[in-house]
Amino acid sequence: MIATESLSKRFPRVTALDRLSMDIGPGVTGLVGANGAGKSTLIKILLGLSPATEGRAAVLGLDVATNGGQIRERVGYMPEHDCLPPDVSATEFVVHMARMSGLPPTAARERTADTLRHVGLYEERYRPIGGYSTGMKQRVKLAQALVHDPQLVFLDEPTNGLDPVGRDEMLGLIRRVHTDFGISVLVTSHLLGELERTCDHVVVIDGGKLLRSSSTTDFTQITTTLAVEVTDSDECPDGTRALREALRERGMETETGGELPGAGHTVLLTAEGEETYDLVRDLVADLGLGLIRMEQRRHHIAEVFKDKDAADAARPESASAPVAVPAPTAAAQQTGGGRDER
Amino acid sequence: MSVESTQIHNIGYRDYEGPRLGRAYARRSLFSQSLRGAYGLGRSAKSKVLPMILFAVMCLPAAIMVAVAVATKTKDLPVDYTRYAIVMQALISLFLAAQAPQTVSRDLRFKTVPLYFSRPIERGDYVLAKFAAMTSALFVLTAAPLLVLYVGALLAKLDFLDQTEGFGQGLVSVALLSLLFSGIALVISAITPRRGFGIAAVIAVLTITYGAVSTVQAIAYEQGSTDAIAWLGLFSPITLIDGVQTAFLGATSAFPGGDGPSSGVGVVYVLVVLGLIAGCYGALMRRYRKVGLS
Ligand SMILES: Nc1ncnc2c1ncn2[C@@H]1O[C@H](COP(=O)(O)OP(=O)(O)OP(=O)(O)O)[C@@H](O)[C@H]1O
Ligand SMILES: [Mg+2]
Repeated sequence: MIATESLSKRFPRVTALDRLSMDIGPGVTGLVGANGAGKSTLIKILLGLSPATEGRAAVLGLDVATNGGQIRERVGYMPEHDCLPPDVSATEFVVHMARMSGLPPTAARERTADTLRHVGLYEERYRPIGGYSTGMKQRVKLAQALVHDPQLVFLDEPTNGLDPVGRDEMLGLIRRVHTDFGISVLVTSHLLGELERTCDHVVVIDGGKLLRSSSTTDFTQITTTLAVEVTDSDECPDGTRALREALRERGMETETGGELPGAGHTVLLTAEGEETYDLVRDLVADLGLGLIRMEQRRHHIAEVFKDKDAADAARPESASAPVAVPAPTAAAQQTGGGRDER
Repeated sequence: MSVESTQIHNIGYRDYEGPRLGRAYARRSLFSQSLRGAYGLGRSAKSKVLPMILFAVMCLPAAIMVAVAVATKTKDLPVDYTRYAIVMQALISLFLAAQAPQTVSRDLRFKTVPLYFSRPIERGDYVLAKFAAMTSALFVLTAAPLLVLYVGALLAKLDFLDQTEGFGQGLVSVALLSLLFSGIALVISAITPRRGFGIAAVIAVLTITYGAVSTVQAIAYEQGSTDAIAWLGLFSPITLIDGVQTAFLGATSAFPGGDGPSSGVGVVYVLVVLGLIAGCYGALMRRYRKVGLS
């Protein structure tokens, strides 16, 4: 679907993409990177809108440098920023964008009605977009990217600004774009956690460089962090510490949840699969503690690539701040090691 | 299959196997959408009010003149075809000030432009479609009253050849005016995406240049420097059109003293007008080069 070869984009002051080579097949692919990693820049190059400084890229077998028009006819694009005029209805807007993609008037109207229904907009679609919630606007943006039935869509941060429920709905919708509509997806985010459940394949870039490209099953096994919170009991006045010690006896490394008030009662550990959940549940029961919560943590992408020492020292809040990412070689070694252990 | 039936049965996703009409079709669609939009068609009822009123007011004097001409059986229309737009220039400015910002600024303000460029059309197509749409909208506004005059003149049995020549010259003149004024108004609107500013800036540029030029021309006339009058006319859009049509389209000039530029100076007028139109097109292309990448 997408292939790049030593693709670079240099702006006067920054190198947005640095000799990026990758190969993306059909399915849902996540493009993950921190702010400024070069995600949007890559999409613009793939749409043939911005010339690469160096290297080559092909989308659907078409060279981006020479066949931009043909690519854009077969590809959909949902930008990260707002792009909707508030004074027209979703229907009018999407019909117009369908015609801009070359659909004849009747087909444009029919497909607009279909597509808006598929993204979950019903009666609202006749009202001006200005009155829509952020979630509804994101759906309109998605609809305009799908209305001409592209073979591939680029979705730039589609979950931006959505609350957790809206986020899950959007991710579900993105999954359906591939499974039900048969359209391949390249979706960007700075959260690995939300993409690993949606994507078949994840590409991680940082500072314009490729950090890693692999199927999500690989990722999930390495990266799942469990956050566990327990009550205290008479026998164990400090339930959290008791649980940590019990886990350590079983050879499980743990971290505290941070320094925020109350966060010290959270135990973080790496889940290796179903067994870990069972183990925690059993230990908590054996200790006679109450289980307040046990959930999968969403990670900031940089967290995945912390080296071992840093991981022990780092506190989870630091993951939400930009964390220096080690050189690709170090990351590769570490992830490689992770696989060998299993 | 109709839209309603798909809603009732809620069938799954359907692939689109129909034709994709490509870039030229998209450009045409953008043109017609923008042209209709300039008269509020396909938009809310509220946005139809102003352009429609302006259109009616633009044609009203022509209709009255025609009625008078038919009733009184005069030998000539009270106003030349080429003079009509000059007399009605305030209305033309008002129409442009209201509609040029809505034609280009909305897409810039709401960042819709990058969406267009994610489609097969390119920057040049977008600029061309918008420029052509604004020009056509203005041409409709300025040519319609001329048509009213012409039809009226024929009904009043005025000299056919005479009237046809005048009508033809008038059409050429308003076509040139439409190109020039649209270009200027679109450039101003494209660099001032805030709607209010765009309206004010278009009005200001069109009226202030005309006010300044005609004032200085009047002073030059008082002082008897008639040569200067013709050269001064190069500095505002409406006097440029006046100069071109006086030199080449058989019009009588509205300049003080009624002396427009000679044919020699007239060539300069034509070159300046064409240069300005090309310059506006170039400026728009430049403007959208930046937007496309943002
Ligand atoms: N037109 C431009 N001119 C100069 N620098 C640019 C331009 N566009 C992007 N950059 C720079 O290139 C780098 C990559 O930007 P890009 O927008 O691709 O990042 P991103 O991964 O999409 O980030 P975000 O998550 O914030 O959307 C940034 O440092 C940005 O400042
Ligand atoms: Mg971005």
